[in-house]
Amino acid sequence: MRYEGGDRAAVDGVTLEVPAGALAVLLGPSGSGKSTLLRTVNRLVPMSAGAVFLGGRSVLDEDVVQVRRRIGYVIQAVGLFPHLTVAQNIAIVPQLLGWERARIDARTDELLGLVRLEPARYRNRLPRQLSGGEAQRVGVARALAAQPPLLLMDEPFGAVDPIVRQELGEELLRIHRALGTTILFVTHDVDEALRLADRIVVLRDGKVEQDDTPLRTLAHPATRYVEDLLGGRDVIRRLGLLRARDAMRTAPPERPSAETRIDGRETLRDALNALLVGSDTLAVYDGDAELGTLTFEDIRRAISAAAA
Amino acid sequence: MRFLASHPGEIALLLGQHLLLTLAALAIACAIAFPLGLLVARHARAGTVVLGALNVVYTIPSLALYALLIPLFGLGFETALVALVAYAQMILVRNVAAGLRSVPPATVDAARGLGLSPTQALLRVELPQALPVILGGVRIATVALIAMASLGAQIDAGGLGVLIFYGLQHNDPERVVVGSLGCALLAVGAETLLRAVERNAARRVTG
Repeated sequence: MRYEGGDRAAVDGVTLEVPAGALAVLLGPSGSGKSTLLRTVNRLVPMSAGAVFLGGRSVLDEDVVQVRRRIGYVIQAVGLFPHLTVAQNIAIVPQLLGWERARIDARTDELLGLVRLEPARYRNRLPRQLSGGEAQRVGVARALAAQPPLLLMDEPFGAVDPIVRQELGEELLRIHRALGTTILFVTHDVDEALRLADRIVVLRDGKVEQDDTPLRTLAHPATRYVEDLLGGRDVIRRLGLLRARDAMRTAPPERPSAETRIDGRETLRDALNALLVGSDTLAVYDGDAELGTLTFEDIRRAISAAAA
Repeated sequence: MRFLASHPGEIALLLGQHLLLTLAALAIACAIAFPLGLLVARHARAGTVVLGALNVVYTIPSLALYALLIPLFGLGFETALVALVAYAQMILVRNVAAGLRSVPPATVDAARGLGLSPTQALLRVELPQALPVILGGVRIATVALIAMASLGAQIDAGGLGVLIFYGLQHNDPERVVVGSLGCALLAVGAETLLRAVERNAARRVTG
């Protein structure tokens, strides 16, 4: 596809296929065309040439308003309607789709629960009575209201502080796992991209530099640009993508095992932290069950295996 | 205030004329000003032309505006109505446009992105947010029209101005006082009422 907004094309010759259920991150600095690319999907930006297919059907073949109602949309500025309550904001698309009142009310409460805002407390609040993080949770709930198969997110957590940002990211992963919604997520934050993505699409000047898994993008950057942008030589960053249970040795060699415990779902980055401040061997647990052990040597082995 | 007691019918009639002229003018003016304000808010170049033209009308002193319209519409209620509608446009159009422009682009982007049609976005998202500013224009225009309507007596359009001008010509201070106080109370009443409405709308949007 191609989009010419000014003297040079903002998006040029991009071909992208995102499998259903994926969480694909469009990563690049400002001006790289990632937002423009995102906004061609729900046709907020008209394409000069090309096509976008959603479930085998071109978005250009359908009425633009109908297409948008099947695609969730979350933006950095949130854009909640200030004169409507939280519940009314969430209800806007179902209302346009002509849902019955009872169904809308039930769905609103269900969504508030999904984004972890207690319905009874938040339902009737106005947007100005929410914190930045709460507002974006409502923004996400509003976008998901009519169960869209695809969710577009344009730097959704860019305006909140780093702690809330990380928290919202984790919530998004949880929601993504729970619903299986395909998500296209725009960010310029490399760490955020690595935390969230199961695919990273690196953009530069409207073109795709690399389209790969986070680990491969880090370990095998396709170009110098990708390497510089992601800091691929930063091994610590890579550790953040590997799980402790995938690097451990099963069948603990000795008993009783190491005193320092770590959850198997934690990253090797967390594991390295624990090793640096604690014992030389970590016990990897899943709940109460010990799965195996982890040492510095295991981490080194995992790194070189991942790079291969 | 013997006049007040002895002529309640006449006063009520004139008050009624005054209200009718003001409200009819306001209703027509709003109906015209809304699309014009929308045009001004959406198209910068057309907006400059429209506001420029309206500003010329607005600059003409009210009495001169009446006089200019007499060759076209003759004397009477209709002439006054046209003058009032024309005069109110500047205030109303400017406020409709300013109100619509004050809506944060993010809420409009979100509305369009969620699948509201342009009309739905305007009615459900933009207008409610622009409402306090638009109502501010309605309030200012109403007060200005009440004042301008009191000059309508000069061109046989009736209203409380009749008492003022008749009283001045016939050295009848009671009529002058009743007419002037009537206009003043009407203006203050309208201002108070509409300010309350405006504040209510603003509280909903901005707190």
